[in-house]
Amino acid sequence: MVMRKYDLNLPVPVSPINPYLRTMQWMFHIGRYMQLLAASFRRPEKWRVFKELFILELESIGLQSVGIVALLSLFMGAVICLQTAHQIGGWIPVYTVGFTVRQTMILEFSPTLIPVILAGKVGSNIASQIGTMRVTEQIDALEIMGVNSATYLVLPKILAGVIIVPFLVVLSMVLGIGAGAWIGVATGVSALADFEYGMQVDFKVFDVIYALTKTVVFGFILTSVSAYHGYHASGGALEVGRSSTKAVVWSVVIIMISNLILTQMLLN
Amino acid sequence: MIELHNISKSFGSHDVLNDVQATFERGKVNFVIGRSGSGKSVLTKCTVGLIEPDQGFVTYDGRDFTALSGKERKVIRQEIGMLFQGAALFDSMTVEENVRFPLRMFSDFSEEQIRKRSAECLERVELSDAGVRFPAECSGGMQKRVGIARAIAMNPKYLFCDEPNSGLDPQTAIVIDQLIMEITREYDMTTVVISHDMNSVMEASDTIHFVHEGSILWKGTRQSLLAGGNRELEDFVFASNLMRQIRSSGQL
Ligand SMILES: Nc1ncnc2c1ncn2[C@@H]1O[C@H](COP(=O)(O)OP(=O)(O)OP(=O)(O)O)[C@@H](O)[C@H]1O
Ligand SMILES: [Mg+2]
Repeated sequence: MVMRKYDLNLPVPVSPINPYLRTMQWMFHIGRYMQLLAASFRRPEKWRVFKELFILELESIGLQSVGIVALLSLFMGAVICLQTAHQIGGWIPVYTVGFTVRQTMILEFSPTLIPVILAGKVGSNIASQIGTMRVTEQIDALEIMGVNSATYLVLPKILAGVIIVPFLVVLSMVLGIGAGAWIGVATGVSALADFEYGMQVDFKVFDVIYALTKTVVFGFILTSVSAYHGYHASGGALEVGRSSTKAVVWSVVIIMISNLILTQMLLN
Repeated sequence: MIELHNISKSFGSHDVLNDVQATFERGKVNFVIGRSGSGKSVLTKCTVGLIEPDQGFVTYDGRDFTALSGKERKVIRQEIGMLFQGAALFDSMTVEENVRFPLRMFSDFSEEQIRKRSAECLERVELSDAGVRFPAECSGGMQKRVGIARAIAMNPKYLFCDEPNSGLDPQTAIVIDQLIMEITREYDMTTVVISHDMNSVMEASDTIHFVHEGSILWKGTRQSLLAGGNRELEDFVFASNLMRQIRSSGQL
């Protein structure tokens, strides 16, 4: 039979209408999430093994997401370009098209929506992988050998996420703006010179710093929150599926909340 | 030698273990038997520290395991090999990589030595050809044997096997029983086998602990088993016709 929870007490039963129990449950999850983070940030047993795992994660979080990131960014950049051209009518200068594409991609689309997409793709993957290891006792097997399972499983994913997600976001910015310029010229809504001028007008390096700071935080959130849901999965295959759904939902919710907080903190 | 002192554990209001006392001797195959749900797996998990007991403590050759910190426990954990009820092989790794895993993590062996040792272990469980397969491509019996190979890779002092031969055909079951006996003698290990299979109890056990509803109701050897002891034990042991016939014929 499959073991359920270990020395951790079971969460307070959920009652959707009782705000006290709800709050208690959130506190429980926050505490247990912190515990998992604390357990993860330890020295790995063998650096050589850790390096291998880390590279594997760079590949599965980063390289394998390049396709979807590129696809979304190209189309979004193009659509933003056409929409802006449609909205400016005759009296706003044409370079606004290039300006708007740049600002939208850099400030919001790439740094926030790309991590949200990744939460769906990478997050569910992380949660189901770790969750399956939990319910089939593979995590117990690691612990029995004396391996710190949190460091072994969670740390490489968090580090890879924090490092690779910003790269994906920069890629998304470049492709989105490029696609915007291309479609603008191809459909004749903006000459290349206008677009280029718009791209450069009032450019602040700080905007990019702001965007990348957000991205690092989101990379951390989407990997660690997903890992948390997998690590504390219990029961069987059904529960693993459920934990992977929860991983995606909670990663997105937390990304959105921290987006608001970070934006307020950084842009004001 | 592993000693359990007054181990109790409950999940919520459900008392799974009550005041369990047991001694698992060195160089012997110590069986823990009992009905399904009697608490055998929980008992093992309390012994190795995967579940914290509510009360009591466990000593490994006199070292109080329960009182140790996580870091200190690791030292003892590296002397423990465990075969899980569901084998618990790492399914992202091949059979060979599974066996090499503890060696890569904890030994100072070179790649060459690791390869040699893992080949040895796989040969021991007669799986030399299966190294490149993934666990999902192995039958249940093969997975159990890979689990044993992985458990003995680091030359453990203590070996735990949770139902090593459940779901196996009688011939393979005996191969595994004998394997466990042999390695126990060979490396002078303290071996704990959990089982509810009377065949392997009669085949491989040196000492027997009978668990019923979370308490150890009887301890003894396979010779004294036939004499019985209490109702629950007799109901368990002589549930099958075969065992009843053995009893009436009076010979092992
Ligand atoms: N994590 C847990 N939370 C709650 N109850 C549990 C937990 N683990 C085990 N139990 C309960 O403890 C009892 C003993 O379980 P255990 O797995 O030890 O049985 P077992 O003797 O190993 O049975 P089997 O021979 O079928 O493997 C069962 O009633 C089970 O429901
Ligand atoms: Mg069991």
